[in-house]
Amino acid sequence: MPTYRDDAVVLRTHKLGEADRIVILLSRQHGKIRAVAKGVRRTGSRFGSRLEPFMAVDAQFYIGRSLDIVQQAESIGAYGAEIAGDYPRYTAATAMVEAADRLTEHEAGTQHYLLLLGALRSLARAEHPSGLTLDSYLLRALSIAGWSPSFGDCAVTGAPGPHSAFVPQLGGVVADAVAPPGAVRLDAAALDLLGALLSGDWVAAEASDAGTRDRASGVVAAYTQFHLERALRSLPHVDRSGPVPPPSLVRAAEEALAEGSPV
Amino acid sequence: MYEGIVQDLIDELGRLPGIGPKSAQRIAFHILQTESFDTTRLARILTEVREKVRFCRICGNVSEEETCAICRDPRRDTSLICIVEEAKDVVAIERTREFRGVYHVLGGAISPIDGIGPDQLRIAQLLQRLADGSVTEVIIATDPNLEGEATATYLSRLLQQPGLRVTRLASGLPVGGDLEYADEVTLGRAFEGRRLVD
Repeated sequence: MPTYRDDAVVLRTHKLGEADRIVILLSRQHGKIRAVAKGVRRTGSRFGSRLEPFMAVDAQFYIGRSLDIVQQAESIGAYGAEIAGDYPRYTAATAMVEAADRLTEHEAGTQHYLLLLGALRSLARAEHPSGLTLDSYLLRALSIAGWSPSFGDCAVTGAPGPHSAFVPQLGGVVADAVAPPGAVRLDAAALDLLGALLSGDWVAAEASDAGTRDRASGVVAAYTQFHLERALRSLPHVDRSGPVPPPSLVRAAEEALAEGSPV
Repeated sequence: MYEGIVQDLIDELGRLPGIGPKSAQRIAFHILQTESFDTTRLARILTEVREKVRFCRICGNVSEEETCAICRDPRRDTSLICIVEEAKDVVAIERTREFRGVYHVLGGAISPIDGIGPDQLRIAQLLQRLADGSVTEVIIATDPNLEGEATATYLSRLLQQPGLRVTRLASGLPVGGDLEYADEVTLGRAFEGRRLVD
């Protein structure tokens, strides 16, 4: 029976038939794997909980014609419960796995696997603010994919920084001489934060203020969207606000109450 | 490929969830070859279900009236709301005969990767139901999977208000199973939710 075994992180799942799921995993050695997990939606499933998104597993697969079949799965990192227990962390992790899914569309890579595993572990342990973890992950994942941004020297001419014009299409900050009209201008604090997120300097990153983090996350989103060619669906849902519910819901309820409209 | 209308029937059946090309072909030939199969009745019900069935104005459950049978029932305890993802979850809980409160159907679970956030669910309607203070307990009965847990986390944070008890369905070992076959996540939950034996 043709089988193989690999460590993998579950990126996402889709329902299939009555009780099965299609599981998409990013593995250490085999790149992205699409496999059918039979019967995992039944409450008595022996490994259904191990094949939820954000879980790291040591799994064995049977090679199928179009989709492989999960035969066994042992947990090597159960991050799902901790992440799902905190809404900002959940939305950040969802954006990370969506980015990983898109970036590994046509390539295998141990680096992508290890980066995602580390980022999910960090989120589960709440080592850093979830928004910073997400932005750092996106910048580093794009770097692994060959799109490392420059936040110091000019991305076009190599002229030593600092430069303030940021142009995603040109690969980061550029000198004024090559900056197109209307290019976004970044202040030194935002550039320092972006550099810290790219290099993993968490002391510097966590010292940043909320406004700087907002500006940096906008840059990361724009840079990610440009290189992935379309926006991540999860990004608009990322909750960076902490314990306050999204204002749109509260506003909608208040308006409905004020108007006395039916439920 | 079959000719004309037979292939059309197979194609239409194959568009239904969970039915692949082989199943669609099997169902199509069952319809064709079984003389006792009442196609007129099936066609009439399919048409009527689209025309008559709507969503309950209060809870979002499926109903043929403006409000569903549960919301119309005066014997139900309206101070107790059970939040579920889908209308089919209402049926599953009703089968237990344990719950005498009312329901609120969210219409799914928060799944940012599919573009579904809190604004896409019936959460604003839930807040409106809770606004008059008559509800004393909300039971969150979303699915025990990642999206369901994240939705429960979001709701529990949103619904913190004086006089309102927010609870979550217990999760743990399935009745009739063997302990040795339980996975570590489920077994861990069972330990967390262990109860005192009198």
